[in-house]
Amino acid sequence: MISVRDAHKLYGNVRALGGVSFDVERGSVFGVVGPDGAGKTTLLRMIVGVLSPSSGTVDARVGGDGSDSKRRIGYVAGRFSLYEDLSILENLALFSRLYGMDAARAASRSRELLELTGLLPFGDRLAGRLSGGMKQKLAIAAAVLHEPELLVLDEPGTGVDPVSRRDIWSVLYRLNRGGVTIVVSTPYMDEAELCTRLVFLHKGRVLESGTPDEICDRFPHRILRVRTDVPETRRRLADFPSLSVSSFGRTVRVVVDGADADALPRLREHLARAGIAADVDAVRPTLEDVFVLAAESGRDVA
Amino acid sequence: MKDAEAAVSTVGLTRDFGSFRAVDGVNLDIPRGAIFGFLGPNGSGKTTTIRMLCGLLRPSSGSGRVVGCDIAREGEAIRRRIGYMSQKFSLYDDLTVAENLTFYAGMYGLANAKRRERVDAMIALADLRGRERTLTGALAGGVRQRLALACAIVHEPEMIFLDEPTSGVDPAARRRFWETIADLADGGATIMASTHFMDEAEHCTSLGLMYAGKMLISGSPDALKRELTVAAGKIWQARVPDSIGFLDRIRAFVSGGILDAYIFGASVRVLACGARLPADVAGAAAWEEREPTLEDVFVHHVRSSAGMEGQRCDA
Amino acid sequence: MRRLRALIVKEFIQMRRDPLTLAMLMLIPIVQLILFGFAINTDVKHLPTVVFDQSMGQESREFIQSLSATQYFDIRGYAASYDAIRRAIERGDGVVGIVFGPDFARRLARRDGAAIQVIVDASDPMSASSAIAAAEMIGLRKSAAVVAEATGTGMSPVYDVRLRPWYNRDFRTPYYMVPGILGVILTMTMMMITSMAIVRERERGTLEQLLVTPMRPWELMVGKIAPYLGVGYAQLTIGLLVGRAVFRIPMRGSLALLYLLTLLFIFSTLMWGILISTVSKTQMQAMILSIFGFLPSILLSGFMFPRMGMPTVFRYLSMALPLTWFQIITRGILLKGVGLESLALPVIALCVLIAVFLGVSLFKFHRTLD
Repeated sequence: MISVRDAHKLYGNVRALGGVSFDVERGSVFGVVGPDGAGKTTLLRMIVGVLSPSSGTVDARVGGDGSDSKRRIGYVAGRFSLYEDLSILENLALFSRLYGMDAARAASRSRELLELTGLLPFGDRLAGRLSGGMKQKLAIAAAVLHEPELLVLDEPGTGVDPVSRRDIWSVLYRLNRGGVTIVVSTPYMDEAELCTRLVFLHKGRVLESGTPDEICDRFPHRILRVRTDVPETRRRLADFPSLSVSSFGRTVRVVVDGADADALPRLREHLARAGIAADVDAVRPTLEDVFVLAAESGRDVA
Repeated sequence: MKDAEAAVSTVGLTRDFGSFRAVDGVNLDIPRGAIFGFLGPNGSGKTTTIRMLCGLLRPSSGSGRVVGCDIAREGEAIRRRIGYMSQKFSLYDDLTVAENLTFYAGMYGLANAKRRERVDAMIALADLRGRERTLTGALAGGVRQRLALACAIVHEPEMIFLDEPTSGVDPAARRRFWETIADLADGGATIMASTHFMDEAEHCTSLGLMYAGKMLISGSPDALKRELTVAAGKIWQARVPDSIGFLDRIRAFVSGGILDAYIFGASVRVLACGARLPADVAGAAAWEEREPTLEDVFVHHVRSSAGMEGQRCDA
Repeated sequence: MRRLRALIVKEFIQMRRDPLTLAMLMLIPIVQLILFGFAINTDVKHLPTVVFDQSMGQESREFIQSLSATQYFDIRGYAASYDAIRRAIERGDGVVGIVFGPDFARRLARRDGAAIQVIVDASDPMSASSAIAAAEMIGLRKSAAVVAEATGTGMSPVYDVRLRPWYNRDFRTPYYMVPGILGVILTMTMMMITSMAIVRERERGTLEQLLVTPMRPWELMVGKIAPYLGVGYAQLTIGLLVGRAVFRIPMRGSLALLYLLTLLFIFSTLMWGILISTVSKTQMQAMILSIFGFLPSILLSGFMFPRMGMPTVFRYLSMALPLTWFQIITRGILLKGVGLESLALPVIALCVLIAVFLGVSLFKFHRTLD
């Protein structure tokens, strides 16, 4: 449904995107994952059509010809861009008119969406008085009033409490089941796991792409987790051959070469010799593990 | 400060802004050498609490002690012995890296040889070699963060407060940052950091979950997850053909011990009491047990504290 | 002391890194001085004048010529009626209208009160006053001359009022304008810079960081002021040089004393700026509050409008302005050449102002963010 080929974006001397390519299948929940400044917002804006690439192509095939495509896409921007001094119902009414919907259709669609997002009891509340999570849900409702085929959201989970974030994702999944393709951007690795497919973006380039499972399975290294109460454990492991050692509170994650079959028993021995009592087991790599190692080694996987 | 005394202890710490209660009766007990994480969404009261502990805000009620001194009356003494890194990385953009470090060193009374030595040590610690003469305004996000931390600890404080220290910084830089924090803790300093990144909370030795001004629960990440399992069951994950349909059906099973269910990418996750999922829930799908995340812990506690029904297995 | 030094060093570095602002601060005195030194003139000459001469005789023409010779009156035209004069003044074509009655010549010959009407557009009384004074003077002098001729007693007047203008014999406006402008410039720049100073730290977020250190509020304030003392002195020096070179203002008193006492003035103005900075929440507020302080300084300090003419309450109000005392100091030293003994009052007043501003600032400065 969306095809991005070698997209570049230059702002003066700054290269926001440098040769990005990927596909988004119809019906998926697609994530563009990366830290601030990676180029996520720029990419999303190009998909939606409010920004053009400096070179390369960004093609969102949403049916209809070019002039019609705005009707087929819904967009929820990073900052709340609805009217704080209008109520929920007033905001929806305004946007339905902007999309050219007739009054009857607009009313029933608004009601349907307010029920879906759980905002129905708050119809008359001013948008400025809503909590962060509710604002986000309202923005989503306004973005899908006109039943678009594609919904693009820029960091929907940022600045939102975990309970609301679960709710929002539940709304997104329901919309997805109803046939809407979803593209989100996020800096959170745990949110990345909620997507069916994703790309890692770092400094304007694609580091990894695939489903979360594929990406983790592709990870060529193994993660050994050391749980201990002994401080300075990380330092004591400095001489153990490994790719990286990082501590997480009282836990240390050791990244070892995937081909190394007996790294686990060797690590246990090493700790025993150092007199450190610890629990050691092998764990699945998380998306963050993959990202950090990829970013640090400066790899690009297009 | 006596050895056995906690680095930070508060009783009923409260702060109002007009009629809005930003912090509601927070009790803390943080031992020396801990890395304590304040976990919670924006607006939950984390920053306000930290500011009260640093002496930047006066509590409306309640009391607290930091590094053995009373926060309401011994602010001067506290300020000399703590380091603070604010959310906005308060650095002077028109000063170079070295000038910022030298300035803060001077502010903490370090003189001449000692000052030069510490500035040099900080440049090494924060990996800023070669950038001493760069204007701070020209630094990238991750580098600014390292400099801000360096400025906060240039005087070797025994207690360090960090307010959202990793906002806007990529995961690799964040990892390196937490390594530095871990080293400082190993060296005997106590750290209190606030964050809204659930996965970052794993770096802490103990956590306090904040929501709407209240501290919902505190403990080490592992302890919190174990407590969740005891109170609310295990997390199971599987791929099901129709995830939305599955969720709708599951609502009927609350009495059967299903406390929560949500879609997770291409799979669903279920929080259920008991050693196994009931057969009519499990269906034909292949269920695997998963470790609860801190988000699971958080959501459970928010719902419980809001008085929602059906949040505990023994209820 | 180390903290204070760290703060001062930081301010100097930041000032050095902003050369554009510094350059503007130095150029402002030169430009303003020259502009206002030349532009402002309270002794208004060449007022457009319209004449309605009903007598049409030689006597009226001769009077008009005497008026013209004073240079205060610029005869622009002759009107044919009273109405024409009124219209001319309404249109702004004339500021003064002179009317001679049809029997002017006859009455003059009979020494019987030959009236000359001098109509003045007094909506701008300052312009008008010189003209009025000149016209009256001409009238009196000519009358005296006629009487002297008639009685044969010679031109010596009975009451001989001899004018002795000290310090500024030619009533040259720049002599008192330039020292005045100097003070105004210093007030404007010093106040604006420091009024932004603390607010800027607050807005940038660095104030929070400073509050968490052992720093004391007075250290912050003195640290902020320090580099600008230097800027103020630089402006003073440039201003005096321009004043001497371009306007030839006299420097009768001790320059060393002037520089010493300027310290008090600069300090007090900087402290005023700090006070504004302490109570303002945004840079916009700080800017507006500075203007509120700046405007009275211009209007009430005696810079342009004499304090002697103000109602008592305003004269007392003006004593709270550092600029008022600085005017007294500069005019005293430059034009009158007085020494410290005569300036005791301004010195004490400035010290009191410094203490008040500093005290209130410290009182209002919040050691906490609330």
